[in-house]
Amino acid sequence: MLTEIFIKPFADMVEAPDFLLQVLWEGLVSGILYALIALGFVLIYRSSRIFNFAQGIMVVFAALTLVGLHAMGVPAWVSVGLTLLVMFGLAVAIERVVLRPLVGQPDIILFMATIGVTLFLIGLGEIIFGGENKVMITEELGIPTGSILFEPWGGLLILEQKDITAVIVAALLVVALLLFLNKTRMGRAIRALGDDHQAALSVGISLQTIWVLVWFIAGIIALVTGIAWGARAGVSFALEVIAYKALPVLMLGGLESISGAIIGGLMIGMLEKLFEIYWGQPLLGGNTETWFAFVLALIVLLFRPQGLFGEKIIERV
Amino acid sequence: MDETAPARETLLEVNNIEVIYNHVILVLKGVSLAVQKGGITALLGGNGAGKTTTLKAISNLLHSERGAVTKGAIKYRGEVIQGRDPAELVKKGVIQVMEGRHCFQHLTVEENLLTGAYTRRDGKGAVEADLQMVYDYFPRLKERRRSQAGYTSGGEQQMCAIGRALMSRPQMVLLDEPSMGLAPQLVEQIFEIVKSVNENEGLSFLLAEQNTNVALRFAHTGYILESGRVVMEGQAADLRENPDVKEFYLGMSDEGRKSFRDVRSYRRRKRWLA
Repeated sequence: MLTEIFIKPFADMVEAPDFLLQVLWEGLVSGILYALIALGFVLIYRSSRIFNFAQGIMVVFAALTLVGLHAMGVPAWVSVGLTLLVMFGLAVAIERVVLRPLVGQPDIILFMATIGVTLFLIGLGEIIFGGENKVMITEELGIPTGSILFEPWGGLLILEQKDITAVIVAALLVVALLLFLNKTRMGRAIRALGDDHQAALSVGISLQTIWVLVWFIAGIIALVTGIAWGARAGVSFALEVIAYKALPVLMLGGLESISGAIIGGLMIGMLEKLFEIYWGQPLLGGNTETWFAFVLALIVLLFRPQGLFGEKIIERV
Repeated sequence: MDETAPARETLLEVNNIEVIYNHVILVLKGVSLAVQKGGITALLGGNGAGKTTTLKAISNLLHSERGAVTKGAIKYRGEVIQGRDPAELVKKGVIQVMEGRHCFQHLTVEENLLTGAYTRRDGKGAVEADLQMVYDYFPRLKERRRSQAGYTSGGEQQMCAIGRALMSRPQMVLLDEPSMGLAPQLVEQIFEIVKSVNENEGLSFLLAEQNTNVALRFAHTGYILESGRVVMEGQAADLRENPDVKEFYLGMSDEGRKSFRDVRSYRRRKRWLA
């Protein structure tokens, strides 16, 4: 039994390195999507201390809108533009209807309000686009669908081109976001607001503007995630469930850290795949991916309550 | 300095305002004051006298704390400004430096200063020039500009908060308790800088302070608040010489130390209030 746990998996890894690489690649792809969703959470949490339960449904809603618009005969790239417009409208609406009236209320009330937003978006999505599964318009968007074969060490490694595209686009998005947050006036204001609401108000930063902006960015992230995930698994309301995978990512990475969200996402993506293939399937009958991330997060929380990369609380005594 | 300060136009006028928190707690019971353009006006008084509330009523940071001005008027350059959005007031040139500094802890000192310029639309060059100006006034900030503000000392954070406000190109700075928690030497240094900003840039300051001694040395005029009311006002030099102020706020007396028994009764009452 002990050899099964401690020796055999590693022997397998060394024996078939190409297969190990394949597993890591699959993990990386899903990890990057977890990271994107977590990023949406982090951004909203940092600027408003709201834990946005609706991030998952925003992914579904964005993907549905995109596919739905295309089905109505709108060209693919125009649909992307229109979907962005819809996400902007959504951000404005959420700020007006949900956030503004609740300003200054306890965090838990705002959290409950985002659950309300979730239910509303589920209903709205079903009314407009129907509840059946749809296929992402991958080819129409010009995303390559073939695959690339490598033969490292005489083995075989298959990389799907749409996964490669997803990884590249996600990486670009993250870089753009980091540049925006660190180098621009608005980005600085978002970070400032996360640090001290009162002080941000005192220098003339408008909460309303920043909130709309942040929810819109979360909407953009949702659209990218929706396209990437939709291309792999189709567009359905079940997509929302992957948003809950972002929770352990957040616990691992810390709610406030952007790099934490990225690293946490990649770690969870890869570790859960590795565990599933080398430990889960031979020893536990498989299907460990549904719970592995949560157990991992629990263990991390035991030792580091602020997460692995949570913003260190600066306290002067 | 007060003798040399010529009579100037009134920049800010607070007329008999009343402030209520949470719809029930009456904090200011009719405060009136005037800030001359280009002057330093001190707002003095003990804990809970209403100094901070007065400043927040002017900058309208009250709103996010569930406070409201229920009576009276606040005029800036003749225009009624109460209840305006704080961002709008910053654009008009009224900015508050809050008590307890409130720097953005995870931003660097320089980023903190740059957020002060958030409302400005006059281009990178002008902001850059003002950054240099702030560094000239506070050389210490230049040394620490790459450090996260949360890791700088109390004095540096106070400088950072004042510098951040200067970055908005204000006309009127509401400075709340700049001496809080700082060593006397540092307090002196910060007041010197405030004074030179006032003289060189022509900015007006409304300064809430508990440290009456320092405040009256640097200010031109002063108001003394007690439980939500102005109880005394005048030129700073006159206030400094006033026997009541001397006794209750500066802790000195012409007759030297004397027994509490001999203090006139109204003064004794005041001591309890203070």
